[in-house]
Amino acid sequence: MLQTRVIPVLLMKDEGLYKGIHFKKHKYVGDPINTVKIFNEKEVDELIIFDIEASKLKKTINFEIIESIVSEAFMPIGYGGGIKTLEDAKKLFSLGIEKIVLNTSAIENFDLVKQLVQNYGSQSVVFCLDIKKSFFGKYEVFSYSGTKKIKIPPIELAKKMHELGVGEIIINSIDNDGLMQGYDLKIIEEITSQLSIPVIACGGAKGLEDFKKVKEMGAHGCAAGSMFVYNGVHKAVLISYPEYNELEKLFKGK
Amino acid sequence: MIVVIDYGMGNLGSISNIVKKVGHKSIITSNIEEIKKATKLILPGVGSFDNGMKNLRELGLIEVLNQKVVEQKTPILGICLGMQLMTKSSEEGKLAGLGWVDAKTKKFVSDTLKVPHMGWNIVNQKKNSKLFNEIKSEKRYYFVHSYYVESNDKKDVLTFTNYGHEFVSSFEKENIIGAQFHPEKSHKFGMSLIKNFMENY
Repeated sequence: MLQTRVIPVLLMKDEGLYKGIHFKKHKYVGDPINTVKIFNEKEVDELIIFDIEASKLKKTINFEIIESIVSEAFMPIGYGGGIKTLEDAKKLFSLGIEKIVLNTSAIENFDLVKQLVQNYGSQSVVFCLDIKKSFFGKYEVFSYSGTKKIKIPPIELAKKMHELGVGEIIINSIDNDGLMQGYDLKIIEEITSQLSIPVIACGGAKGLEDFKKVKEMGAHGCAAGSMFVYNGVHKAVLISYPEYNELEKLFKGK
Repeated sequence: MIVVIDYGMGNLGSISNIVKKVGHKSIITSNIEEIKKATKLILPGVGSFDNGMKNLRELGLIEVLNQKVVEQKTPILGICLGMQLMTKSSEEGKLAGLGWVDAKTKKFVSDTLKVPHMGWNIVNQKKNSKLFNEIKSEKRYYFVHSYYVESNDKKDVLTFTNYGHEFVSSFEKENIIGAQFHPEKSHKFGMSLIKNFMENY
């Protein structure tokens, strides 16, 4: 039967890969083509690449670098960042991107989501819900790489995207991003319990135990950034990914 | 020459990328003359059954494919929708399939399992094949599909996979191979399968 997917998330700007904390303070961690090649050798389940500047700085999608990345990667790759039109999506799919990940444009244009689903099927359209707790502990949604607050509550927006036909939803916690202190299990449980589509947890994973915990909360996929690019207390850059046997043991509880 | 058949159904770049990765060259085309010269064929595909058949017909490819596959016995690998099109019919559409194998395509129906079946799953080999000769251990592949193949002739079944129930995840009948999973997205397992198809057939 299907395994819980474990998904490295890579953040790209210009032509480098970065990792930050709370969607800020980004530090260079390496070259995207090389890094994806390493993940390919480590036989990862799936990869997600976000261009963290495309929407925020209104840049066009860097198709050239995506093409170079994908031509050496033989696993499913999701891409997010600056996707605004059906044409953008068409081009990404033709390069070999398996799934497109939407945030800003989906929130601003429900119709685009619908059209993408009609044209390419639910399985290839993913919505990324960037969330952050307010001063009063209320969860709020953000767009433009965590810089613009949205009025719709997270659960309402997640349900709306489900209704529009997206195939899965990533719950990405801005508060937990980069801290490596575990996922925000509360909001993940709350949302997964109300949706029938797969949910991928993102933000805060430190180790395999976090994957197990979030799976128990109902998540179908475990995404992580820092955990797969940093090593040790001083956060030296080192690309890693668990062995298949380790993951099998973890999820099956053998 | 290895020909990846372009009939407007999905992303073909990743197929030619993996062919290149295992050391071979392919062309992506819908040109009948090129297809006639092919030593091997790959029929990929993402999308709906009727659209796939309609496109093959409109491009005038059905006749040349029958000639190549049925008469000349040119090895062909159908992937995902490409595999399903090789069956006689599909619950997804009204048009007849290519009908090269005695099988039909059915819809996953489940109250508990999510459809599409999407993600990594294990294939269990049911007969020997030159396609898997290097892979001795457990084999994992990436799947994305809402319909699956049911073989009437059980001798054709190459692998089964379990998703709620067992379904045919690949078949092999003489020169005709179909795979429901995506070798082009299944790193070493996919590379080995494509290499074997290139070199052992």
